[in-house]
Amino acid sequence: MNRTALPGLYVHTPFCKTKCPYCDFYSVTKTARIGEWVGAVLREASRHRDAFPLFDSLYIGGGTPSVMNHDEIEGLLEGLSDIFHFDDTTELTMELNPDDVTKEKLAFYRSLGVNRISLGVQSFNEQEVRFLGRRHTARQAQAAVSLVAQGGFAEFGLDLMYGLPRQSTRTWLQTLRKALSFGPAHLSCYQLTIEGDTPFSRLSRGGNLQLPGEARQGALFLETSNYLTGAGFIHYEISNFARSEKTLSRHNAKYWQHTPYLGLGPAAHSFAGTKRWWNVRSLDGYLENLDKGTAPVGGSEELSAGQMRLERMLFGFRTRWGLETSEISSEASRATLEGLCDSGLIELRDKRIFSTVKGYLFADRLPIMVSA
Amino acid sequence: MKHIRNFSIIAHIDHGKSTLADRLIQYTKLVDDRQFRDQILDNMDIERERGITIKSQTVDLPYVDEKGKEYELNLIDTPGHVDFSYEVSRALASCEGVLLLVDASQGVEAQTLGNLYAALEHNLVVIPVINKIDLPVADVERVKTEIDNELGLDPDTAILCSAKEGRGIEDILRAVVEKIPPPSGDPEKPLTALIFDAHYDSFRGTIVSCRVFDGTVRPGDTIRLMSQGTTYRVEEVGIFRLAREPQKELTAGMVGYIIAGIKTVSDTRIGDTITVDARPAPQPLGGFKDVKPVVFSSIYPIASDDYQSLLDALEKYKLNDASLVYQKDSSAALGQGFRCGYLGLLHLEIVQERLEREFDQSIIMTAPSVQYRFYLDDGKVLDVDNPLYYPDPGTIKSSEEPYIKANILIPERYVGVVMKLCMERRGVNSQMSYPTPGRVEVAFDMPLAEVIFDFYDKLKSITQGYGSFDYEITDYRESNLVKLDILVNGEKVDALSILVHRDNARERAVRVCDRLKDEIPKQQFKIAIQGAIGGKIIARSTISAYRKDVTAKCYGGDITRKRKLLEKQKKGKKRMRIVGNVEIPQSAFLAALKTDDE
Repeated sequence: MNRTALPGLYVHTPFCKTKCPYCDFYSVTKTARIGEWVGAVLREASRHRDAFPLFDSLYIGGGTPSVMNHDEIEGLLEGLSDIFHFDDTTELTMELNPDDVTKEKLAFYRSLGVNRISLGVQSFNEQEVRFLGRRHTARQAQAAVSLVAQGGFAEFGLDLMYGLPRQSTRTWLQTLRKALSFGPAHLSCYQLTIEGDTPFSRLSRGGNLQLPGEARQGALFLETSNYLTGAGFIHYEISNFARSEKTLSRHNAKYWQHTPYLGLGPAAHSFAGTKRWWNVRSLDGYLENLDKGTAPVGGSEELSAGQMRLERMLFGFRTRWGLETSEISSEASRATLEGLCDSGLIELRDKRIFSTVKGYLFADRLPIMVSA
Repeated sequence: MKHIRNFSIIAHIDHGKSTLADRLIQYTKLVDDRQFRDQILDNMDIERERGITIKSQTVDLPYVDEKGKEYELNLIDTPGHVDFSYEVSRALASCEGVLLLVDASQGVEAQTLGNLYAALEHNLVVIPVINKIDLPVADVERVKTEIDNELGLDPDTAILCSAKEGRGIEDILRAVVEKIPPPSGDPEKPLTALIFDAHYDSFRGTIVSCRVFDGTVRPGDTIRLMSQGTTYRVEEVGIFRLAREPQKELTAGMVGYIIAGIKTVSDTRIGDTITVDARPAPQPLGGFKDVKPVVFSSIYPIASDDYQSLLDALEKYKLNDASLVYQKDSSAALGQGFRCGYLGLLHLEIVQERLEREFDQSIIMTAPSVQYRFYLDDGKVLDVDNPLYYPDPGTIKSSEEPYIKANILIPERYVGVVMKLCMERRGVNSQMSYPTPGRVEVAFDMPLAEVIFDFYDKLKSITQGYGSFDYEITDYRESNLVKLDILVNGEKVDALSILVHRDNARERAVRVCDRLKDEIPKQQFKIAIQGAIGGKIIARSTISAYRKDVTAKCYGGDITRKRKLLEKQKKGKKRMRIVGNVEIPQSAFLAALKTDDE
């Protein structure tokens, strides 16, 4: 159930009890307006009923969706299923924070049709968890994963983070080993990156936060890939590993194939055909718009053929699906391809070009390198 | 003729020349206040930004004195940089007097003195004007003392003014009328008119700016440019208001323009004499020089398929700049381009900036060079201004480089630092004189190659702006020259080669290697940058391999941002040249040229 052509639905939950210092996803810490927000999301959904009649994935992300109480989450999911149609095989993922996980909550989610859990563990090392400003401890994280694993969710995934300042290869591999011990269906391993306007970016600008050097980050990346593929996982996107073809994230895969998706909630992005649009990055603005009956759109773009092609290249080099050789036409670029093959960054098979694991390290520049 | 006055404003940079010119224009009601645009004379972007005048413009100011008598005051603007000193001298030769502008807070500065000498050389009446008296730090008494002591002018004749506030403008105009003599000359004599400037107009061809000394010129006359012997039929003559104003004739003493179907500015020579073909003057006016380029550099389009577009741009540019010369050039690294000759480094920068800004060209320039001379074993003599044509060193019997006589005027306290700078630049035969108390004129024989890069900037910085500098090329002298090559991963980048004195080779090589190291982005492999003479490596730097990209997440909200970044990089890549397998950005070629250390 991995790659399908039906659209995906994303709901951005813009609430967090506390903000993590590395994260630049939009969220607010005042949770008083969750109820209002659910209503607004459903109003927004209604606006798209005709354009998006059928989905086969629903991803409740954030922010922290687990800050919603039972009534709110139930209202949201039932509301959405009243407005839209969902395919029988729909993948329904919900992001959870370890400190919100209880047996009872999990059972409730399952009863609502949630069939996939993504748990924001980040690390099983106490110091690292603290450094990342998480509300849970490593021990709580372990308990939470156990509950999820025992709670009947065959498909659960963990989010982990590496490349932290002063993180040793040893503690990172310990976290990975611990993660594997719970038998997850999916792992997302993110290298810590300094994003836009976050506390970490301010620290970094002030010289008070130093990430490991390029070479070390590169080595950690390769180590991670080695370790997890050695354990039978498929490294299907730069940061994503699945235990089997069946367990890779159907929803996320849509982002990388230009499959249509509808994003609801503030700051959510949508894509259909050659158009991408995104909602205002403000809860107040979002609510106000939907109150007045106007679209909460903050911006949009119509992609030219060249831009579509550039994105296909970007996605192709970042995933194991690669791209068609015919995408690269010019003589000079062909020569570059050969050079990249020789240096082991890409492979050519069946008229397609694939990044190797080593190539993933340069995935964001390969499109430029092969552009004339 | 009694109602005409021809004058210029000369000033140290930033002493307010353009502002004063604007005020004079405003005062004489040539424009109404509503139309008045600041600094009308300096209307090129580059001039505005640098605060200097490159192309001079002339304006004829109508003035009525208190008795109701009408005058025509021709304000002839002058460029303010050593590269254009010949143009300045021709503009001054067209005047009878000058306003010597002195900043009331800065006082007399080196360039003020240089300007005074230039004016005195042409026997001009000098009216000192103390500007910026509105400044709180203005010290008029001190400046008056300096005008007396250092310039030897009568301080009581100095006019106080604030061009910014429009004060003293009337006094200045009155002084121009009263103190500067009207031009003399005989309208009945054969025509002699001095060309001091020329502009290109896409509808009319070349507009020649000239000062008529004797005789009269009218539409229909056939004129002859005396140095070239070329003849043209006059279509229109006139004077410069803010726009051109046609007249029936230009006659002795007048400043104005001639339009005569002259196709390009290059068909004229600044300093040439115009006469009437049917009744020519027995001899031209003095002081004509055919100005030759002294600095050479190649221009290449960043994308090689833009060659034709660059050619078109150069042709268009050349219409208005006779002093630029160019011919085809080609480089293994950069493909087809042009070898260009310039009057000096500022001229080179102006050409570069105008090609980029006004003609929308993306270009790479190679290191500026002077013209070297090589005597070969077989008796041949080779003049080389392009390192590509450096002869086989085994065949060179001796080599020579051009020398200049550099004249530097400075307050006495800077003698030490200036001497040191000149000696570092291989200056010899120093001479010192004291034209006025506290002022020193330092003269050096120096290789031209040592001053074409950043000498003037260095001089200004070590003398805090007080140093003025002038030079003339004197002769060729024996020199130990070598060709310095730059190699990137073992491949010679011919566009980065330079001819250089052997003693300077290593230092230059190290600097270029370091610069390139900073400018060439890391690539997937290690890059070695080397400086070499012949086969011998004399400098080296290494760019380590690029190990990884940001492998950040890429979900719905990240895609647009990532693609935009790629688009930007893709654009940047168009501005790169590939040598061997290394991508070298335009910025690296530019950085390699810079010699100073900032």
